[in-house]
Amino acid sequence: MDYGDSPAEAQFRSGLRAWLAENNPGLPASSTSDEYWAGQAPWHRALYDAGYFGISWPESVGGRGLPSVYDVILDEELAAAGAPPRPSVGYLVQGILRHAGDDVRQRFLPGIVSGRERWCQGFSEPDAGSDLAVLRTRADRDGDDYVINGHKVWTSYSDQADWCLVLARTDQDAPKHKGISAFAVRMDQPGVQQRPLRMINGITREFGEVTFDGARARAVDMVGEPGEGWRLAMTVVSHEREPGELGFVSRYAKAVKELAQLAREDRAAYTEEDLHTLGWALVGTEMLRLHVRRRLSDRLDGITHGPEGSVDKVLMTQVEQQVAHAALKASRVHPDHEEDTWMKMYLYSRAQSVMGGTAQIQRNLIATRILGLPPS
Amino acid sequence: MDVRLSPEQVALKETARKLAQTLCPGNVSDLDDTERAAKLDAAVTSSGWRQLRLPDDEPGTPLASGVEAAIVAEELARALADTSYLGPLLAGDLARRAGLEDVDATTFALTSDLAHLARVPTSDAAETVAVDAGGSASALVLEPSRNGYELRTVELRPSVIRTDLTRPLAGVATAPVPVEGAAELSEDDVTAWTALALAMLSADLVGVMRGAVELARDYALVREQYGTTIGSFQAVQHLIAEAHVAAEGSYSLALHAAWAADVLTPREALLAARHAKAFSSRAALTVCETAIQVHGGIGNTWECMAHVYLRRGLHSSDILGGAGASLAFVLAQHGLKGGDDGLR
Repeated sequence: MDYGDSPAEAQFRSGLRAWLAENNPGLPASSTSDEYWAGQAPWHRALYDAGYFGISWPESVGGRGLPSVYDVILDEELAAAGAPPRPSVGYLVQGILRHAGDDVRQRFLPGIVSGRERWCQGFSEPDAGSDLAVLRTRADRDGDDYVINGHKVWTSYSDQADWCLVLARTDQDAPKHKGISAFAVRMDQPGVQQRPLRMINGITREFGEVTFDGARARAVDMVGEPGEGWRLAMTVVSHEREPGELGFVSRYAKAVKELAQLAREDRAAYTEEDLHTLGWALVGTEMLRLHVRRRLSDRLDGITHGPEGSVDKVLMTQVEQQVAHAALKASRVHPDHEEDTWMKMYLYSRAQSVMGGTAQIQRNLIATRILGLPPS
Repeated sequence: MDVRLSPEQVALKETARKLAQTLCPGNVSDLDDTERAAKLDAAVTSSGWRQLRLPDDEPGTPLASGVEAAIVAEELARALADTSYLGPLLAGDLARRAGLEDVDATTFALTSDLAHLARVPTSDAAETVAVDAGGSASALVLEPSRNGYELRTVELRPSVIRTDLTRPLAGVATAPVPVEGAAELSEDDVTAWTALALAMLSADLVGVMRGAVELARDYALVREQYGTTIGSFQAVQHLIAEAHVAAEGSYSLALHAAWAADVLTPREALLAARHAKAFSSRAALTVCETAIQVHGGIGNTWECMAHVYLRRGLHSSDILGGAGASLAFVLAQHGLKGGDDGLR
């Protein structure tokens, strides 16, 4: 075992470092500003064009076919340079890669990977969050198309998306997990309406809600087999739980580095307790960095995901919320800060224990699927 | 970058686990079974694990890496092995750094608060205590010299069980005497040794957590209340799940610290080890307390193994400084606390 870089990894790292020195767009953190979301698409394409996005995905869909540990290097260097994190589309890519036929993969994945096409995820509904299987959006066959009716919420980046990966019920009579299929649905059509959701920190461009009112999806754009939507959703959400897939390590590392800098500059304003809070954020961030290295190394054995993703999600949540508690102090030390970035980061962090399955759902999964306790 | 265990390391883990499961105490009364304890001791002796950090044929290189030593530490702690391991292992590592092939002393001594390696004559003999002293007649201490430190040995009084029921402590009985043939240790040597020791203690804490989680899980699977096993209640499931998560996070840091001990500079290795020790010390306390809670009333009795884990966890946390001292070191590295040099 080796935590160090191989010669090839070291070369990749130094090339990346040089590129970042010239190409850092200096966007604010994703969790604190609409400016980040507005600048995300060009950042995605810049990373991709330079060979630094989708590096662990297959070459056949526009990736570079490198081991996942290269994502670790990418995240570390993004954090070190104070650059924005890589856009989180990996979970969609993994879901389509695993469940779609070759034809659908080739039609959609290169666009997602390169950032030429923007996608949102139409899974959750007002009455179907962590209990996704009770979703009510329906898709009814009509010739070569399906007609989609329903209401989705928490559709990340729906304001800029070209496509939405929609889960809809195609068989009303099948058991609730079995009657769901997944579709690639065009967002720019008359039956689709998008409305931004304003988050507790004021952000409006990350999440939206989408209504489908007689929207159409081509039958050939079904992702996976009919009735496979639930399994696809599980693949997607399990990847959505993995900090290694999301690139969040770089977000926390960047934030905690800035928080430490602020504390050094205004040391007298920090009590012993404030320093402890910051210290645990530093320790937690380092833990998550090394935890991701361990998880992504396991992928060298071909293990891509499993219930361990729930462990990773709980650890990620703890770290984000630790960093956010340290950020609260920074917000108080800089009360005149126009944007109040740190307060926004703190408020945003409350979502981490909800998105991708609540912390309680993750604990249920760990208890039953890893520890072998009986279902409740 | 590939941080998977090698096939040899996986095999070592399995061997250590099997040996520990067979011979370690299965319940609290087994702790008094001297015949079993002697068998465990003999098996660990013949495994050669206590000598893993003595020199290999290649000068300066230990027989095995910190990762292998940590694998054994974790498995022995997981099964609550009541035989010495870290004492002789780390005494061997100090000896190797001083250019010795072997050493008579089978453990090392710390200041009475267990926070630092004992330095004589700065540390009074009365304030010096040898850890993991089961079967040890003598321990290593340091004596500051012109360019660093010289190794000394002290004879020990008979060992006593205190907090930790699996690893006794011993007081010092005699004045220190030089270790024949030992070269001077540099500040870097001592830093590197401390990093290794902290990494091993973190691995021990990971083992304690894994054992405590398994104990709680196994109990939750059989104990019935309200007509069903308590492991089916979410309130109980969430406690155990959270404990498992804490152990996983601790392992990620401890594994890196064990690797770093051989590969990074002494200062870097020490920082890696302090991260691991901070996280695992804090986590182990919560995890072991959780194990007691899951056991309900029985968890508060002497006969339940949960307190044996808690006691071992508390002791391993205290040795060379626990969560608070380690966190202070991390903060000092970020320029947020003064005087980091006293924090090793």
